Amino acid sequence: MSHETASFQKKDIMRVFWVLTAITAVEFIIALAIPSSFMSKDIKNFLYIALTILKAFYIVAYFMHLKFEKINLIYSILLPLVFIIGVIAALMNESNYWSIVR
Amino acid sequence: MASTTALTGKKHIWDGGTEPYGASYGKLMMWFFLLSDAFSFSALLLAYAALRFSAPSWPVPDDVFAAIPFVHGNHFPLVFVGIMTFILIASSVTMVLAVEAGHRGAKNEVVKWMIWTIIGGIAFLSCQAWEWTHLHHDGAWWGSNPFANADGTPGMVNFTNLFFTITGFHGFHVFSGVLLNVIVLFMTMAGVFDRRGTYETIEKVGLYWHFVDLVWVFVFTFFYLI
Repeated sequence: MSHETASFQKKDIMRVFWVLTAITAVEFIIALAIPSSFMSKDIKNFLYIALTILKAFYIVAYFMHLKFEKINLIYSILLPLVFIIGVIAALMNESNYWSIVR
Repeated sequence: MASTTALTGKKHIWDGGTEPYGASYGKLMMWFFLLSDAFSFSALLLAYAALRFSAPSWPVPDDVFAAIPFVHGNHFPLVFVGIMTFILIASSVTMVLAVEAGHRGAKNEVVKWMIWTIIGGIAFLSCQAWEWTHLHHDGAWWGSNPFANADGTPGMVNFTNLFFTITGFHGFHVFSGVLLNVIVLFMTMAGVFDRRGTYETIEKVGLYWHFVDLVWVFVFTFFYLI
């Protein structure tokens, strides 16, 4: 980690900005320009979520500078997020039940 | 950052006087706060997902969020929220530029970029205020949903409940962020960070501001796209 401080210059900032803008533009194209006959809503939703996680990666890694922190700080922040997967699993099960009893 | 290199033996890392995480106490606690806040927002968004996908039918976002200010008609899906997303990403960029200027100790540049960040935050809040007002005029509020479901049945009330709760909670975060930004702007102008010899406070407030942007990315996807 020798490049800890001087690693993120103005041109890198602008590059990340254009990446985020481009990803958002792709989401708009999927939402508005691609007919649902060509691409089903399920595939679109999958793409939206994948692109959102990609955007989240760029914001956290570069804007929040997490990529350049010490490895134990990175793990301290990222590993607890697996609990969210647990909630997703629990709520999928639960909402499935709700839709049956409704 | 000289103190972080003083990790001589494993036994001494946690004895104090060093920064085992390579980050100051304040920055570390900001990260842990944001982690807990991430859990708050994921709880809200996952509750939304569970209620939405267990519902027999749901309003179509493209029909609900299809108005823009000063233009007549209701046929511009996603345009206004696209502008809001762009504003927030742009204000995140100006925040990173403020942090970058802070690393160089360039006070005037920090002031300039903080002012732009604050303008972005206020612009976003104004957009949200307009959108809420517009929806409220249409009869949408907690407990009332005028927008019909996709299959033509009366709209699920949870749609507006969740929309106003989650965008409200996020808007409150943006509002707090703007307040923090204004405070550190005044501190910068007063020369507090020059006297301290570090602009790290800008970095901590910046972390919070990027988190607000991060949450919006998810709110945007789950409410407006899916």
